[in-house]
Amino acid sequence: MPGKLKAKIVAGRHLPVMDRASDLTDAFVEVKFGNTTFKTDVCPKSLNPQWNSEWFKFEVDDEDLQDEPLQITVLDHDTYSANDAIGKVYIDIDPLLYSEAASVISGWFPIYDTIHGIRGEINVIVKVELFNDLNRFRQSSCGVKFFCTTCIPQCYRATLVHGFVEELVVNEDPEYQWIDRIRTPRASNEARQRLISLMSGELQRKIGLKVLEMGGNAVVGYLQCFDLEGESGLVVRAIGTACTLDKLSSGSAPNTNTHMHPNTAPASNACNSPSKDGKESPLAHGCRSTHNSPVHSVCSSQRLSQNFSVSVPTLIFTGMGSGGSAGKEAGPLRTLLRQQTQTALEQRGASSSGLLLNAREFPFFTLTSFPPGFLLHVGGVVSARSVKLLDRIHNPALGNTRSYKLLDWNSVTADEPETRDAWWEEIRQEIKSHARALGCHAVVGYSESTSICEEVCILSASGTAAILNPRYMREGCLDIGCTDHRFEEPSPPNCGFCHIPYDELNMPFPAQLTYCYHCRRQKVPDVLFTTIDLPSEAAVAGKGCLIQARLCRLKKKAQGEANATAISNLLPFMEYELHTQLMNKLKLRSMNALFGLHIQISVGENMLLGLASATGVYLTALPAPGGIQIAGKTPGDLSSEHISSIQKRINDTIAVNKELYQINPPELAEEGVGSPIPEPRHRSRLFRSHSESSDELSELDLSHGKKDAFVLEIDDTDAVEDIHSLLIDAPPPTGFYSCNTENMPGISNWTSGVQMFTSVRVLRLSNANLTNQGLNKIFTDLCENLLKSFYFKLRSMIPCCLCHLNFTVAVPEEELIQVTVTAVAMTYDKEQTQEKTAEKPINKGSLEAEEQLQFPLELCADSSSSNIQTASKISGVGESTNMSPRVSSLERCSPLQEGRSRSLRSSRSFGGSSVTVVKMTPLSFLPGTRIIKYLGIINMFFIRETTSLREEGGVSGFLHSFIAEVFAMVRAHVAALGGNAVVSYSMKECVFMENPNKNQAQCLINVSGDAVICISETDQESSASTANTGQTGGSETDGAT
Amino acid sequence: MSVELDVFVGNTTIMDEEVYQLWLDGYTVNDAVKVRMEGGVMDECEASKDVLLSDTMDQYRTFQMCERLLHSPAKLANQLLFQIPPHRQIMLIERYYAFDDTFVREVLGKKLSKGTKKDLDDISAKTSVTLKSCRRQFDNFKRVFKVVEELKGPLVENIRQHFLLSDKLARDYAAIVFFANNRFETGKRKLQYLSFQDFAFCAGQLISNWTVGAVDNMVEDMDEHAFQTLPSLRGKTKVFIEMEGSFKNLSRGLINIAAKLTNTKDVRDFFIDLVEKFIEPCRSDRWSAADMKLYLTHYTNSAHILDTFKHQVVWDRYMGVVKSCIFKMYHD
Repeated sequence: MPGKLKAKIVAGRHLPVMDRASDLTDAFVEVKFGNTTFKTDVCPKSLNPQWNSEWFKFEVDDEDLQDEPLQITVLDHDTYSANDAIGKVYIDIDPLLYSEAASVISGWFPIYDTIHGIRGEINVIVKVELFNDLNRFRQSSCGVKFFCTTCIPQCYRATLVHGFVEELVVNEDPEYQWIDRIRTPRASNEARQRLISLMSGELQRKIGLKVLEMGGNAVVGYLQCFDLEGESGLVVRAIGTACTLDKLSSGSAPNTNTHMHPNTAPASNACNSPSKDGKESPLAHGCRSTHNSPVHSVCSSQRLSQNFSVSVPTLIFTGMGSGGSAGKEAGPLRTLLRQQTQTALEQRGASSSGLLLNAREFPFFTLTSFPPGFLLHVGGVVSARSVKLLDRIHNPALGNTRSYKLLDWNSVTADEPETRDAWWEEIRQEIKSHARALGCHAVVGYSESTSICEEVCILSASGTAAILNPRYMREGCLDIGCTDHRFEEPSPPNCGFCHIPYDELNMPFPAQLTYCYHCRRQKVPDVLFTTIDLPSEAAVAGKGCLIQARLCRLKKKAQGEANATAISNLLPFMEYELHTQLMNKLKLRSMNALFGLHIQISVGENMLLGLASATGVYLTALPAPGGIQIAGKTPGDLSSEHISSIQKRINDTIAVNKELYQINPPELAEEGVGSPIPEPRHRSRLFRSHSESSDELSELDLSHGKKDAFVLEIDDTDAVEDIHSLLIDAPPPTGFYSCNTENMPGISNWTSGVQMFTSVRVLRLSNANLTNQGLNKIFTDLCENLLKSFYFKLRSMIPCCLCHLNFTVAVPEEELIQVTVTAVAMTYDKEQTQEKTAEKPINKGSLEAEEQLQFPLELCADSSSSNIQTASKISGVGESTNMSPRVSSLERCSPLQEGRSRSLRSSRSFGGSSVTVVKMTPLSFLPGTRIIKYLGIINMFFIRETTSLREEGGVSGFLHSFIAEVFAMVRAHVAALGGNAVVSYSMKECVFMENPNKNQAQCLINVSGDAVICISETDQESSASTANTGQTGGSETDGAT
Repeated sequence: MSVELDVFVGNTTIMDEEVYQLWLDGYTVNDAVKVRMEGGVMDECEASKDVLLSDTMDQYRTFQMCERLLHSPAKLANQLLFQIPPHRQIMLIERYYAFDDTFVREVLGKKLSKGTKKDLDDISAKTSVTLKSCRRQFDNFKRVFKVVEELKGPLVENIRQHFLLSDKLARDYAAIVFFANNRFETGKRKLQYLSFQDFAFCAGQLISNWTVGAVDNMVEDMDEHAFQTLPSLRGKTKVFIEMEGSFKNLSRGLINIAAKLTNTKDVRDFFIDLVEKFIEPCRSDRWSAADMKLYLTHYTNSAHILDTFKHQVVWDRYMGVVKSCIFKMYHD
């Protein structure tokens, strides 16, 4: 159905001087959407032009509305020569396409030029009128809400979680086309920006279609990435979790029961959507096609055979104390893993024989935090990697005539996504089988990434194997096999997720199990690794901290398949070593669980970089970690004094860390502790680490480093180095804590101070003859120094916590290492003792969590009787918690909400300052505030290039101003939507290239997040009432200044 | 191994006031790091020299990018590039436009031209203010001068509104602009003992009492018409001066100064005249400040007794300013 897009150009300000003679500019504006262009009058001789144009109207399909950005170009009129472009503004109008979000986009936008950066600002108003409300979502997927947030967004509740959605689109990269040789850098950059904007729009629309097909209305945890494959093209891919969300307001509650009935909803959708892509029959609801290429159902194997690919055996990072590998040689390690995978596959085949329809289904969830009761058990981290060779596109049908603009997706292309799709499908299958090996039917906290160097590409995927409460799932979304028995016994919420989901007699890996230190009924592993956030109900002791494992491995330069083989041979070793490092560091901090684990392996021409980040925490349900014991392999190798001195240092460090992170687990009566289960298998001695079962767990606190301790063998100087590097990690200075998760374990009384930042550091390795050890040291120092810099810069915020520290590493050139960090510093109230402040946020958290996922009992009753049975079977606890929050959610949902947000919408300009303060955070919340409205997703891609690098202050000056500009443009877009904050902000891509000899540099940045309106929790009434200045009035006063 | 690139950008622009001051004072990055190290900031957060260097570089870059905006401070409030809290904006502007009294004393009354700018290195050497800082201050003077030159209305208020400065700083700038415009002679050896603040005070008096309000045509604004009547006083003064010789001389001096005010060229010598014709004689007679006050008060009032004297208002206006200037300038 068509819609009408209306745009009005109001004014400009701070324009650059385009005419040297008069020191002024004769500016006019071109407004373009699709193939239609309008122009304003020329506003002569002004740096602050007032156009006050008419409304430019575009009548377009809503499909185009989703794909295309509104393109505004500001030009300088020149009578005798070509008009000079001042810069452009791309406005994504997607937020206007669903009724709950923004109703108008209006405000000052920075005018951006890829060569000169921001050049003044322009005031624009954009509106959309969609016709034919009834049927407006059918052809396109307008109306599906997208959230970057990886939890159920505040002010919504999930009535159903449908599951994994993914899509990818491919095109040629304009930068690598023949035409690029003859056009200006500006034209090339703009072609690229526009193409990526189009591709993102299309990707989002296609994902939206899938969601509609599944019967959902939203995508949560939407993660979109670019693969700049160079010559072979440009891939934009996205994954997310399809949900049915309900706005928390009294009006909407009754509707859901009938509308979102899990059985009928997909069917009705199927009728309405003429599935124009010819996807698989919607009858097989509960099952979803992973073929997203519409035209080609041709067998992809032929295509695949052209590609070289190596599937890498993967470690399953689980709760095992000593790593999932054995033996000193690579051979055994690999065979072991291969076997695991195989058995897992066999198991899967057996168990899912009756569920053929679901065979292609991936029970994956990109969410990282869940409402209580959702997550039953966590198995451990599952990850898979594979090395691929990118092939060039030889498509005679296209040849050089291929337009550099967007291709017609329904005709000729589509050959490629098939391949890329197949690649990802392989990886996902592997993940799925890993999860099954752990006895889990789902993967949560799932994410995918790539690392590309020349023609080699490492695809990685990781997540946490878990068992979810099927009550919350769409039927058939998970196939619950042998694990059903687990649900018979309800687990207490604060330890249940730690209980092992796998069969203790048939464990997929050696692990040390004990009875849960909380309920003492179920078994728990000694260590737990996960990629998710710490569940809010989990019982922890002390505070958490950031733990990083860093690793460099040199590799020979090679080409093609040899290169890929070399890389894939290195990968398992890297994973193993990262794992060992993590484990050692965890023990050194006297903690027993990792959350938010993210392992990145980045490939360069002559080295591989591995960086694993996670937040360590002491879970009281798990046994206390043993210490670390140092042992010389052969006495006399190194003096025993030396060993004992190292041992002492380690013991001291552990003691200091315990103090620092306030880890004082509750003392347990000896008899109460379940004695460790005798190890069912004989366990072989491990490479460098070793763990033995112990009979005296209760003594652990008193003496680390006895029998039960983690043993580090010093067998050569490398080992000594390793141990030293363990101890190098300096604890954060007093007053600072750090984590890479949404919530800082042990801190919840946030105050209002928030500072989001991005930092980039590039190191040039001058010495060509570096060893692995030397490189490791350099890399470790680089990361540590970055952290030190942050602490120093943010010292005025003490007491403060760096949250969501997200490190990204890259090897942009042969001798360069690039680390990009985005994080937020938040202040907190140090007086934990103050009852009131400490209590409030906790209450808030749990209340919100309950609100987020509120399943009306009617839904169960409607759907099927078996559901009721399950529901009642599951929870004695769950049932009672179900009732009370529901009441509270209704209470809180006053009908006022909508009205208030409307009035707040116009609060962009108030008082003297004409610029709205826009806060940004990578977290899903802002402390002390409540999000009352999500305005839509922000997904922006910018290119900046310079040919006068020195004049712009060198590479640092160039990048500094570019990042500042990106922030400014994000803030401006959010403010124009009427928002005052960005949550779940992330910088997905920061590709920097330089050529100092030519005085040139280029940088690409992709950022995303959710634009929101949030109001202070304490004075929401007053803020709402003070913000009553009229919308248009506000913008006009802006214009007048 | 070397750090090729190192940036840190906060959503809210992070600025350290201490580093800002070092930047304003024209320290190089390395010197600033040294100063900061000596200041003991390293102990605060277990920082190393590298950390300090990286932080200082970041901040210097930020300031350099902000500098463009600081040239027209009104832009700072509605630009989008940097998110700076309002109180910080005020601090940035105030500090950027702050100047060294020693430096401004050197250029006071000089033409704000390229020629003067070329001499800045000499001034820098003399005042031990870094050349970079001298240039910034000089450019600030020039910028303010250029903007208010074309504006009507009260000088101080114009400066305050256009540059968002505090009242005190706006007044100082008004003084600088006023001096530069009238090219008052301040460089003579005899005037060396006077500080900028002395001059600023006098300028304030002159601006508020002798000008109509706008900066342009300041000399005419110094109420030419009124002052033209003053020469006619010359004859009449004899009548009421019944004092000793030195008093006569002093009186004559004051009257002569007044008479000269009609001539643009001679206005320049206002301060040197005050010192030569009045302050120095008094000082050589070892008058105390109190004596001086008493004398000037009586001297002013005695004109009122004269019934032949028709220019009471002008006389008061003249003497009011001269009196307060002399009070301010009468010190060692």
